[in-house]
Amino acid sequence: MDLFLNLAINGIATGMLIFLIACGLTLIFGLMDVLNFAHGGLFAWGAFVGVWAYGITQSFILSMLAAVIAGLLLGLITEYLIIKPVYGNHIQQILITLGFMLVLSELIKVVFGPNILAASKPPYLDGSWEFGDVTVIKYRALIIVVGLLLFLVIMAVLKFTKIGLIVRAGVMNKEMVQALGINIRLVFIGVFMVGSALAALGGALFAPSSGVAYAEMGMEFGIFAFIVVIIGGMGSVPGSLVAALLVGLSNGFMAYYYSDLAMAVTMILMFIVLIFRPEGLFRVSGVSNK
Amino acid sequence: MTNTLLKLEQINTHIEQFHILHNVEFEVSPGEVTVLLGRNGAGKTTTLRTIMGLNNASNGTVTFKGEDITKLPPYHIAKKGIGYVPEDQGIFYGLTVGENMRVGMRKEDDATKERMEWVLELFPDLKKFWKKPGGQLSGGQKQMLSIARSYVNENDLLLIDEPSKGLAPVIVEKVIESIEKMKEKTTVVLVEQNFYMASRLGDRFYILDDGMTVHHGDMSALREDEELKRKYLGIA
Repeated sequence: MDLFLNLAINGIATGMLIFLIACGLTLIFGLMDVLNFAHGGLFAWGAFVGVWAYGITQSFILSMLAAVIAGLLLGLITEYLIIKPVYGNHIQQILITLGFMLVLSELIKVVFGPNILAASKPPYLDGSWEFGDVTVIKYRALIIVVGLLLFLVIMAVLKFTKIGLIVRAGVMNKEMVQALGINIRLVFIGVFMVGSALAALGGALFAPSSGVAYAEMGMEFGIFAFIVVIIGGMGSVPGSLVAALLVGLSNGFMAYYYSDLAMAVTMILMFIVLIFRPEGLFRVSGVSNK
Repeated sequence: MTNTLLKLEQINTHIEQFHILHNVEFEVSPGEVTVLLGRNGAGKTTTLRTIMGLNNASNGTVTFKGEDITKLPPYHIAKKGIGYVPEDQGIFYGLTVGENMRVGMRKEDDATKERMEWVLELFPDLKKFWKKPGGQLSGGQKQMLSIARSYVNENDLLLIDEPSKGLAPVIVEKVIESIEKMKEKTTVVLVEQNFYMASRLGDRFYILDDGMTVHHGDMSALREDEELKRKYLGIA
Protein backbone atom coordinates (compact mmCIF):
# COMPACT_ATOMS: atom_id res chain seq x y z
CA MET A 1 0.00 0.00 0.00
CA ASP A 2 2.83 2.40 0.95
CA LEU A 3 4.64 1.60 -2.25
CA PHE A 4 1.41 2.11 -4.16
CA LEU A 5 0.92 5.57 -2.63
CA ASN A 6 4.51 6.59 -3.27
CA LEU A 7 4.30 5.52 -6.89
CA ALA A 8 0.94 7.25 -7.22
CA ILE A 9 2.29 10.56 -5.89
CA ASN A 10 5.27 10.37 -8.25
CA GLY A 11 2.96 9.50 -11.14
CA ILE A 12 0.66 12.41 -10.37
CA ALA A 13 3.60 14.83 -10.18
CA THR A 14 4.90 13.61 -13.56
CA GLY A 15 1.37 13.89 -14.92
CA MET A 16 1.15 17.51 -13.76
CA LEU A 17 4.40 18.36 -15.56
CA ILE A 18 3.07 16.79 -18.75
CA PHE A 19 -0.20 18.66 -18.22
CA LEU A 20 1.64 21.98 -18.19
CA ILE A 21 2.99 21.29 -21.67
CA ALA A 22 -0.14 19.60 -22.97
CA CYS A 23 -2.71 22.21 -21.92
CA GLY A 24 -1.01 24.87 -24.04
CA LEU A 25 -0.62 22.43 -26.88
CA THR A 26 -4.28 21.41 -26.80
CA LEU A 27 -5.49 25.01 -26.89
CA ILE A 28 -3.07 25.83 -29.71
CA PHE A 29 -4.34 22.87 -31.69
CA GLY A 30 -8.00 23.38 -30.80
CA LEU A 31 -8.11 27.10 -31.46
CA MET A 32 -5.50 27.59 -34.13
CA ASP A 33 -5.59 24.16 -35.81
CA VAL A 34 -1.80 24.17 -35.58
CA LEU A 35 0.32 21.05 -35.07
CA ASN A 36 3.20 22.54 -33.12
CA PHE A 37 5.98 19.99 -32.73
CA ALA A 38 8.28 22.76 -31.49
CA HIS A 39 6.26 23.02 -28.28
CA GLY A 40 8.61 20.71 -26.39
CA GLY A 41 11.45 23.08 -27.23
CA LEU A 42 9.81 25.71 -25.06
CA PHE A 43 9.81 23.18 -22.20
CA ALA A 44 13.58 22.73 -22.61
CA TRP A 45 14.15 26.48 -22.86
CA GLY A 46 12.12 27.00 -19.71
CA ALA A 47 14.29 24.47 -17.90
CA PHE A 48 17.54 26.15 -18.95
CA VAL A 49 16.35 29.69 -18.29
CA GLY A 50 15.03 28.56 -14.89
CA VAL A 51 18.34 26.94 -13.93
CA TRP A 52 20.30 29.94 -15.19
CA ALA A 53 18.08 32.45 -13.37
CA TYR A 54 18.20 30.44 -10.15
CA GLY A 55 22.00 30.38 -10.37
CA ILE A 56 22.08 34.16 -10.60
CA THR A 57 19.31 35.18 -8.21
CA GLN A 58 19.14 32.18 -5.86
CA SER A 59 15.40 32.86 -5.87
CA PHE A 60 13.13 30.01 -6.89
CA ILE A 61 10.20 32.37 -7.57
CA LEU A 62 12.33 34.63 -9.80
CA SER A 63 13.67 31.62 -11.69
CA MET A 64 10.10 30.48 -12.44
CA LEU A 65 9.18 34.03 -13.47
CA ALA A 66 12.20 34.22 -15.79
CA ALA A 67 11.14 30.95 -17.44
CA VAL A 68 7.60 32.23 -17.93
CA ILE A 69 8.86 35.48 -19.51
CA ALA A 70 11.22 33.52 -21.76
CA GLY A 71 8.28 31.29 -22.75
CA LEU A 72 6.10 34.30 -23.57
CA LEU A 73 8.82 35.90 -25.72
CA LEU A 74 9.80 32.68 -27.48
CA GLY A 75 6.13 31.96 -28.05
CA LEU A 76 5.67 35.35 -29.70
CA ILE A 77 8.73 34.83 -31.90
CA THR A 78 7.71 31.27 -32.81
CA GLU A 79 4.17 32.30 -33.73
CA TYR A 80 5.30 35.25 -35.82
CA LEU A 81 8.25 33.67 -37.64
CA ILE A 82 7.37 29.98 -37.81
CA ILE A 83 3.63 29.42 -37.40
CA LYS A 84 2.08 32.45 -39.13
CA PRO A 85 3.31 31.54 -42.63
CA VAL A 86 1.93 27.99 -42.41
CA TYR A 87 -1.59 28.48 -41.00
CA GLY A 88 -4.00 26.03 -42.61
CA ASN A 89 -1.31 23.65 -43.91
CA HIS A 90 -0.71 20.70 -41.59
CA ILE A 91 2.08 19.12 -43.63
CA GLN A 92 4.08 22.33 -43.65
CA GLN A 93 3.34 22.84 -39.94
CA ILE A 94 4.73 19.40 -39.06
CA LEU A 95 7.87 19.91 -41.13
CA ILE A 96 8.65 23.45 -40.04
CA THR A 97 7.86 22.95 -36.35
CA LEU A 98 9.88 19.71 -36.19
CA GLY A 99 12.74 21.62 -37.78
CA PHE A 100 12.30 24.50 -35.36
CA MET A 101 12.29 22.04 -32.46
CA LEU A 102 15.80 21.01 -33.50
CA VAL A 103 16.79 24.65 -33.89
CA LEU A 104 15.53 25.44 -30.39
CA SER A 105 17.52 22.51 -28.97
CA GLU A 106 20.68 23.57 -30.76
CA LEU A 107 20.21 27.20 -29.73
CA ILE A 108 20.17 26.05 -26.12
CA LYS A 109 23.69 24.63 -26.66
CA VAL A 110 24.80 27.91 -28.26
CA VAL A 111 23.45 30.06 -25.44
CA PHE A 112 24.01 27.84 -22.39
CA GLY A 113 26.82 25.61 -23.65
CA PRO A 114 26.78 22.03 -24.92
CA ASN A 115 26.86 20.34 -21.51
CA ILE A 116 24.07 19.11 -19.32
CA LEU A 117 23.30 21.65 -16.61
CA ALA A 118 22.96 20.58 -13.00
CA ALA A 119 19.76 21.92 -11.48
CA SER A 120 19.22 22.34 -7.78
CA LYS A 121 16.21 23.17 -5.70
CA PRO A 122 16.12 25.71 -2.90
CA PRO A 123 16.87 24.19 0.52
CA TYR A 124 13.32 24.76 1.77
CA LEU A 125 11.98 22.56 -1.04
CA ASP A 126 14.50 19.81 -0.46
CA GLY A 127 13.66 16.75 1.56
CA SER A 128 10.39 15.00 2.24
CA TRP A 129 7.55 14.53 4.67
CA GLU A 130 6.93 11.15 6.24
CA PHE A 131 3.37 10.00 6.84
CA GLY A 132 3.83 6.57 8.41
CA ASP A 133 5.54 4.56 5.70
CA VAL A 134 4.50 6.95 2.99
CA THR A 135 7.16 9.40 1.89
CA VAL A 136 6.02 12.57 0.16
CA ILE A 137 8.86 14.42 -1.53
CA LYS A 138 8.32 18.13 -0.94
CA TYR A 139 9.23 19.19 -4.45
CA ARG A 140 6.87 16.63 -6.00
CA ALA A 141 4.08 17.94 -3.77
CA LEU A 142 4.87 21.46 -5.00
CA ILE A 143 4.59 20.33 -8.63
CA ILE A 144 1.20 18.78 -7.92
CA VAL A 145 -0.07 21.91 -6.16
CA VAL A 146 1.23 24.23 -8.90
CA GLY A 147 -0.28 22.02 -11.61
CA LEU A 148 -3.66 21.91 -9.88
CA LEU A 149 -3.67 25.65 -9.21
CA LEU A 150 -2.83 26.42 -12.81
CA PHE A 151 -5.56 24.06 -13.99
CA LEU A 152 -8.09 25.87 -11.78
CA VAL A 153 -6.90 29.28 -12.97
CA ILE A 154 -7.05 28.25 -16.64
CA MET A 155 -10.54 26.79 -16.18
CA ALA A 156 -11.73 29.92 -14.35
CA VAL A 157 -10.35 32.17 -17.10
CA LEU A 158 -11.97 30.02 -19.79
CA LYS A 159 -15.28 29.85 -17.96
CA PHE A 160 -15.75 33.27 -16.41
CA THR A 161 -13.89 35.86 -18.49
CA LYS A 162 -14.75 37.36 -21.85
CA ILE A 163 -11.38 36.38 -23.31
CA GLY A 164 -11.92 32.81 -22.10
CA LEU A 165 -15.32 32.80 -23.73
CA ILE A 166 -13.77 33.98 -26.99
CA VAL A 167 -11.11 31.26 -26.83
CA ARG A 168 -13.76 28.58 -26.23
CA ALA A 169 -15.90 29.95 -29.03
CA GLY A 170 -12.82 30.12 -31.27
CA VAL A 171 -12.10 26.44 -30.67
CA MET A 172 -15.65 25.70 -31.91
CA ASN A 173 -15.97 28.09 -34.85
CA LYS A 174 -13.21 30.56 -35.69
CA GLU A 175 -15.00 32.02 -38.66
CA MET A 176 -18.07 33.00 -36.64
CA VAL A 177 -15.91 34.56 -33.95
CA GLN A 178 -14.41 36.83 -36.60
CA ALA A 179 -17.83 37.63 -38.06
CA LEU A 180 -18.84 38.84 -34.59
CA GLY A 181 -16.12 41.49 -34.71
CA ILE A 182 -13.30 39.76 -32.86
CA ASN A 183 -9.74 39.82 -34.17
CA ILE A 184 -8.99 36.11 -33.95
CA ARG A 185 -5.38 36.71 -34.93
CA LEU A 186 -4.73 38.57 -31.67
CA VAL A 187 -6.42 35.74 -29.76
CA PHE A 188 -4.19 33.25 -31.60
CA ILE A 189 -1.05 35.14 -30.59
CA GLY A 190 -2.21 35.43 -26.98
CA VAL A 191 -3.03 31.73 -26.68
CA PHE A 192 0.23 30.74 -28.34
CA MET A 193 2.24 32.91 -25.94
CA VAL A 194 0.41 31.63 -22.86
CA GLY A 195 0.72 28.02 -24.06
CA SER A 196 4.45 28.52 -24.59
CA ALA A 197 4.84 30.13 -21.17
CA LEU A 198 3.10 27.17 -19.51
CA ALA A 199 5.44 24.76 -21.29
CA ALA A 200 8.44 26.84 -20.18
CA LEU A 201 7.15 26.84 -16.61
CA GLY A 202 6.79 23.05 -16.84
CA GLY A 203 10.44 22.81 -17.90
CA ALA A 204 11.59 25.13 -15.12
CA LEU A 205 9.71 23.03 -12.56
CA PHE A 206 10.99 19.76 -14.02
CA ALA A 207 14.71 20.56 -13.99
CA PRO A 208 15.16 20.82 -10.18
CA SER A 209 13.09 17.66 -9.80
CA SER A 210 15.31 15.59 -12.09
CA GLY A 211 18.47 17.46 -11.08
CA VAL A 212 19.48 18.19 -14.67
CA ALA A 213 18.54 20.19 -17.72
CA TYR A 214 19.51 18.88 -21.15
CA ALA A 215 18.73 20.19 -24.60
CA GLU A 216 16.95 17.03 -25.81
CA MET A 217 14.42 16.96 -22.94
CA GLY A 218 12.00 18.98 -25.05
CA MET A 219 11.62 16.24 -27.64
CA GLU A 220 11.04 13.61 -24.94
CA PHE A 221 8.31 15.54 -23.12
CA GLY A 222 6.90 16.95 -26.34
CA ILE A 223 5.99 13.43 -27.45
CA PHE A 224 4.24 12.77 -24.15
CA ALA A 225 2.34 16.03 -24.53
CA PHE A 226 1.10 15.07 -28.00
CA ILE A 227 -0.07 11.69 -26.73
CA VAL A 228 -1.88 13.44 -23.89
CA VAL A 229 -3.60 15.87 -26.27
CA ILE A 230 -4.78 12.95 -28.42
CA ILE A 231 -6.02 10.95 -25.43
CA GLY A 232 -7.65 13.94 -23.72
CA GLY A 233 -9.35 15.34 -26.81
CA MET A 234 -7.98 18.16 -28.90
CA GLY A 235 -8.94 21.54 -27.48
CA SER A 236 -10.02 20.21 -24.07
CA VAL A 237 -8.11 21.45 -21.00
CA PRO A 238 -9.87 19.07 -18.54
CA GLY A 239 -9.16 16.29 -21.06
CA SER A 240 -5.48 17.21 -20.96
CA LEU A 241 -5.41 17.03 -17.19
CA VAL A 242 -7.11 13.63 -17.01
CA ALA A 243 -4.98 12.23 -19.84
CA ALA A 244 -1.76 13.66 -18.35
CA LEU A 245 -2.55 12.03 -15.01
CA LEU A 246 -3.34 8.73 -16.75
CA VAL A 247 -0.08 8.87 -18.67
CA GLY A 248 1.91 9.99 -15.62
CA LEU A 249 0.46 7.26 -13.39
CA SER A 250 0.67 4.42 -15.90
CA ASN A 251 4.19 5.44 -16.81
CA GLY A 252 5.22 5.71 -13.16
CA PHE A 253 3.86 2.30 -12.19
CA MET A 254 5.21 0.57 -15.28
CA ALA A 255 8.62 2.20 -14.84
CA TYR A 256 8.80 0.60 -11.39
CA TYR A 257 7.52 -2.88 -12.21
CA TYR A 258 8.47 -3.34 -15.89
CA SER A 259 10.68 -0.40 -16.81
CA ASP A 260 11.16 -1.62 -20.40
CA LEU A 261 7.43 -1.33 -20.98
CA ALA A 262 7.00 2.18 -19.51
CA MET A 263 6.71 3.94 -22.87
CA ALA A 264 4.79 1.03 -24.39
CA VAL A 265 1.98 1.36 -21.86
CA THR A 266 1.47 5.00 -22.85
CA MET A 267 1.23 3.99 -26.48
CA ILE A 268 -1.21 1.19 -25.62
CA LEU A 269 -3.31 3.71 -23.70
CA MET A 270 -3.44 5.99 -26.73
CA PHE A 271 -4.20 3.04 -28.99
CA ILE A 272 -7.17 1.96 -26.84
CA VAL A 273 -8.57 5.50 -26.68
CA LEU A 274 -8.20 5.94 -30.44
CA ILE A 275 -10.12 2.72 -31.06
CA PHE A 276 -13.05 3.47 -28.76
CA ARG A 277 -13.09 7.29 -28.74
CA PRO A 278 -11.18 8.61 -31.75
CA GLU A 279 -12.04 12.19 -30.76
CA GLY A 280 -10.43 11.68 -27.33
CA LEU A 281 -11.85 11.23 -23.84
CA PHE A 282 -13.25 14.77 -23.67
CA ARG A 283 -14.70 15.82 -26.97
CA VAL A 284 -15.14 19.58 -27.46
CA SER A 285 -18.70 19.86 -28.76
CA GLY A 286 -19.61 21.80 -31.87
CA VAL A 287 -16.14 22.04 -33.35
CA SER A 288 -16.15 23.08 -36.98
CA ASN A 289 -13.18 23.29 -39.30
CA LYS A 290 -13.97 26.86 -40.27
CA MET B 1 -31.32 55.12 -55.68
CA THR B 2 -30.08 57.74 -53.24
CA ASN B 3 -28.61 57.38 -49.80
CA THR B 4 -27.12 53.94 -50.42
CA LEU B 5 -26.05 51.97 -47.34
CA LEU B 6 -24.37 49.06 -49.13
CA LYS B 7 -23.21 48.85 -52.72
CA LEU B 8 -21.58 45.98 -54.59
CA GLU B 9 -19.91 46.83 -57.90
CA GLN B 10 -18.54 44.28 -60.34
CA ILE B 11 -17.85 41.75 -57.59
CA ASN B 12 -16.06 38.59 -58.69
CA THR B 13 -15.29 35.87 -56.19
CA HIS B 14 -13.31 32.69 -56.66
CA ILE B 15 -13.31 29.76 -54.24
CA GLU B 16 -10.19 27.75 -54.97
CA GLN B 17 -10.25 27.26 -58.76
CA PHE B 18 -13.98 27.92 -59.10
CA HIS B 19 -15.28 31.26 -60.31
CA ILE B 20 -18.45 31.69 -58.22
CA LEU B 21 -19.53 35.33 -58.56
CA HIS B 22 -19.39 37.12 -61.89
CA ASN B 23 -19.68 40.89 -61.74
CA VAL B 24 -22.37 40.88 -59.07
CA GLU B 25 -23.91 44.27 -58.48
CA PHE B 26 -26.54 45.50 -56.07
CA GLU B 27 -27.45 48.34 -53.78
CA VAL B 28 -29.20 48.45 -50.45
CA SER B 29 -30.99 51.50 -49.08
CA PRO B 30 -31.33 52.15 -45.36
CA GLY B 31 -34.47 50.84 -43.71
CA GLU B 32 -35.24 48.34 -46.45
CA VAL B 33 -35.25 44.57 -46.60
CA THR B 34 -33.43 43.52 -49.74
CA VAL B 35 -33.88 39.90 -50.69
CA LEU B 36 -31.38 37.88 -52.70
CA LEU B 37 -33.22 35.18 -54.58
CA GLY B 38 -32.05 32.36 -56.79
CA ARG B 39 -31.80 28.62 -57.10
CA ASN B 40 -29.34 26.47 -55.17
CA GLY B 41 -25.78 27.26 -56.16
CA ALA B 42 -26.68 30.64 -57.66
CA GLY B 43 -24.11 32.40 -55.45
CA LYS B 44 -26.36 33.95 -52.79
CA THR B 45 -24.42 32.67 -49.77
CA THR B 46 -21.07 33.49 -51.42
CA THR B 47 -22.35 37.04 -51.97
CA LEU B 48 -23.06 37.47 -48.26
CA ARG B 49 -19.74 35.87 -47.34
CA THR B 50 -17.94 38.21 -49.72
CA ILE B 51 -19.61 41.23 -48.12
CA MET B 52 -18.47 39.94 -44.70
CA GLY B 53 -14.93 39.33 -45.96
CA LEU B 54 -15.18 35.60 -45.29
CA ASN B 55 -14.59 35.00 -49.00
CA ASN B 56 -12.25 37.44 -50.69
CA ALA B 57 -13.47 39.24 -53.78
CA SER B 58 -11.01 38.75 -56.66
CA ASN B 59 -12.01 42.14 -57.98
CA GLY B 60 -14.81 44.64 -57.67
CA THR B 61 -15.80 46.86 -54.76
CA VAL B 62 -18.01 46.54 -51.68
CA THR B 63 -18.91 49.94 -50.29
CA PHE B 64 -20.59 50.31 -46.90
CA LYS B 65 -21.71 53.72 -45.65
CA GLY B 66 -19.56 55.25 -48.39
CA GLU B 67 -16.39 53.38 -47.36
CA ASP B 68 -14.64 50.72 -49.39
CA ILE B 69 -14.65 47.58 -47.20
CA THR B 70 -13.65 45.07 -49.89
CA LYS B 71 -10.24 44.22 -48.51
CA LEU B 72 -10.99 44.54 -44.81
CA PRO B 73 -10.81 41.45 -42.57
CA PRO B 74 -14.15 40.04 -41.32
CA TYR B 75 -13.78 41.34 -37.75
CA HIS B 76 -13.18 44.84 -39.04
CA ILE B 77 -16.22 44.67 -41.32
CA ALA B 78 -18.36 43.49 -38.39
CA LYS B 79 -17.13 46.43 -36.32
CA LYS B 80 -18.20 48.81 -39.09
CA GLY B 81 -21.77 47.78 -38.23
CA ILE B 82 -22.65 44.65 -40.16
CA GLY B 83 -24.23 41.70 -38.35
CA TYR B 84 -24.15 38.25 -39.92
CA VAL B 85 -26.46 35.29 -39.49
CA PRO B 86 -24.87 32.44 -41.47
CA GLU B 87 -26.76 29.65 -43.19
CA ASP B 88 -25.63 27.14 -40.54
CA GLN B 89 -26.52 29.70 -37.81
CA GLY B 90 -22.96 29.74 -36.42
CA ILE B 91 -24.04 28.75 -32.92
CA PHE B 92 -21.25 27.79 -30.53
CA TYR B 93 -22.70 24.46 -29.46
CA GLY B 94 -20.62 24.08 -26.31
CA LEU B 95 -21.53 27.54 -25.00
CA THR B 96 -24.81 28.32 -23.26
CA VAL B 97 -27.39 30.64 -24.81
CA GLY B 98 -26.20 33.41 -22.50
CA GLU B 99 -22.55 32.82 -23.41
CA ASN B 100 -23.41 32.78 -27.13
CA MET B 101 -25.05 36.18 -26.67
CA ARG B 102 -22.18 37.54 -24.58
CA VAL B 103 -19.44 36.46 -26.97
CA GLY B 104 -21.28 38.40 -29.67
CA MET B 105 -21.47 41.63 -27.64
CA ARG B 106 -18.83 44.09 -28.76
CA LYS B 107 -19.72 46.51 -25.95
CA GLU B 108 -21.49 46.02 -22.67
CA ASP B 109 -22.96 49.53 -22.40
CA ASP B 110 -26.54 50.64 -21.66
CA ALA B 111 -27.50 50.74 -25.34
CA THR B 112 -26.39 47.13 -25.77
CA LYS B 113 -28.28 46.08 -22.64
CA GLU B 114 -31.38 47.82 -23.98
CA ARG B 115 -31.10 45.96 -27.28
CA MET B 116 -30.54 42.73 -25.38
CA GLU B 117 -33.74 43.27 -23.39
CA TRP B 118 -35.66 44.07 -26.57
CA VAL B 119 -34.39 41.01 -28.37
CA LEU B 120 -35.15 38.74 -25.40
CA GLU B 121 -38.70 40.02 -25.39
CA LEU B 122 -38.84 39.20 -29.07
CA PHE B 123 -37.50 35.67 -28.46
CA PRO B 124 -38.67 34.68 -24.96
CA ASP B 125 -37.40 31.12 -25.53
CA LEU B 126 -33.84 32.42 -25.33
CA LYS B 127 -34.47 33.80 -21.86
CA LYS B 128 -36.10 30.52 -20.84
CA PHE B 129 -33.13 28.46 -22.04
CA TRP B 130 -30.47 31.00 -21.04
CA LYS B 131 -28.25 28.40 -19.37
CA LYS B 132 -28.83 25.63 -21.88
CA PRO B 133 -25.96 24.77 -24.27
CA GLY B 134 -26.54 26.10 -27.77
CA GLY B 135 -26.13 22.61 -29.20
CA GLN B 136 -29.19 21.39 -27.30
CA LEU B 137 -31.60 23.96 -28.76
CA SER B 138 -34.14 23.07 -31.43
CA GLY B 139 -33.55 24.25 -35.01
CA GLY B 140 -35.91 27.19 -34.56
CA GLN B 141 -34.36 28.23 -31.27
CA LYS B 142 -30.88 28.11 -32.82
CA GLN B 143 -32.10 30.36 -35.61
CA MET B 144 -33.60 32.78 -33.10
CA LEU B 145 -30.36 32.79 -31.10
CA SER B 146 -28.32 33.52 -34.20
CA ILE B 147 -30.60 36.38 -35.25
CA ALA B 148 -30.72 37.77 -31.70
CA ARG B 149 -26.92 37.65 -31.43
CA SER B 150 -26.52 39.61 -34.66
CA TYR B 151 -28.94 42.25 -33.43
CA VAL B 152 -27.50 42.81 -29.97
CA ASN B 153 -24.70 45.03 -31.31
CA GLU B 154 -25.35 48.43 -32.80
CA ASN B 155 -25.42 47.25 -36.41
CA ASP B 156 -26.70 49.27 -39.32
CA LEU B 157 -27.09 46.21 -41.51
CA LEU B 158 -27.95 42.58 -40.90
CA LEU B 159 -27.04 39.88 -43.41
CA ILE B 160 -29.34 36.91 -42.84
CA ASP B 161 -28.74 33.72 -44.80
CA GLU B 162 -31.73 31.40 -45.31
CA PRO B 163 -33.38 31.76 -41.91
CA SER B 164 -36.26 29.45 -42.91
CA LYS B 165 -34.01 26.56 -43.90
CA GLY B 166 -35.04 23.30 -42.26
CA LEU B 167 -37.69 24.91 -40.04
CA ALA B 168 -41.30 23.85 -39.58
CA PRO B 169 -43.89 26.26 -41.08
CA VAL B 170 -45.06 27.41 -37.66
CA ILE B 171 -41.49 28.34 -36.71
CA VAL B 172 -40.94 30.04 -40.07
CA GLU B 173 -43.93 32.21 -39.24
CA LYS B 174 -42.34 33.18 -35.92
CA VAL B 175 -39.04 34.02 -37.63
CA ILE B 176 -40.90 36.17 -40.19
CA GLU B 177 -42.66 38.04 -37.40
CA SER B 178 -39.38 38.68 -35.60
CA ILE B 179 -37.59 39.95 -38.73
CA GLU B 180 -40.65 42.16 -39.45
CA LYS B 181 -40.13 43.78 -36.05
CA MET B 182 -36.39 44.09 -36.61
CA LYS B 183 -36.77 45.78 -39.97
CA GLU B 184 -38.33 48.72 -38.16
CA LYS B 185 -34.99 49.23 -36.45
CA THR B 186 -32.35 48.12 -38.95
CA THR B 187 -31.65 47.36 -42.59
CA VAL B 188 -31.64 43.75 -43.70
CA VAL B 189 -30.19 41.79 -46.61
CA LEU B 190 -31.96 38.47 -46.67
CA VAL B 191 -31.00 35.39 -48.65
CA GLU B 192 -34.06 33.20 -48.97
CA GLN B 193 -35.33 30.34 -51.11
CA ASN B 194 -38.72 30.30 -49.41
CA PHE B 195 -40.62 32.70 -51.66
CA TYR B 196 -43.45 33.09 -49.16
CA MET B 197 -41.01 34.43 -46.59
CA ALA B 198 -39.13 36.53 -49.12
CA SER B 199 -42.28 38.18 -50.43
CA ARG B 200 -43.62 38.82 -46.91
CA LEU B 201 -40.47 40.56 -45.79
CA GLY B 202 -38.83 42.01 -48.87
CA ASP B 203 -39.06 45.56 -50.15
CA ARG B 204 -36.69 44.99 -53.03
CA PHE B 205 -35.21 41.91 -54.64
CA TYR B 206 -32.21 40.83 -56.65
CA ILE B 207 -32.17 37.52 -58.50
CA LEU B 208 -28.86 35.71 -58.85
CA ASP B 209 -28.35 33.03 -61.46
CA ASP B 210 -25.03 31.26 -62.08
CA GLY B 211 -23.26 33.86 -59.98
CA MET B 212 -24.68 36.85 -61.85
CA THR B 213 -27.33 39.39 -60.93
CA VAL B 214 -29.92 38.84 -63.63
CA HIS B 215 -32.88 40.83 -62.38
CA HIS B 216 -33.89 43.27 -59.71
CA GLY B 217 -36.76 45.48 -58.74
CA ASP B 218 -39.52 46.02 -56.21
CA MET B 219 -40.84 42.93 -54.48
CA SER B 220 -44.41 44.00 -55.27
CA ALA B 221 -43.60 43.67 -58.97
CA LEU B 222 -42.07 40.23 -58.55
CA ARG B 223 -45.15 38.93 -56.73
CA GLU B 224 -47.16 39.56 -59.91
CA ASP B 225 -44.53 38.38 -62.40
CA GLU B 226 -45.25 34.67 -62.86
CA GLU B 227 -42.88 34.33 -65.81
CA LEU B 228 -39.88 35.65 -63.87
CA LYS B 229 -40.67 33.49 -60.87
CA ARG B 230 -40.92 30.40 -63.07
CA LYS B 231 -37.77 31.20 -65.02
CA TYR B 232 -35.38 31.93 -62.18
CA LEU B 233 -36.97 30.60 -59.02
CA GLY B 234 -38.70 27.48 -60.32
CA ILE B 235 -42.03 28.62 -58.89
CA ALA B 236 -44.96 27.53 -61.06
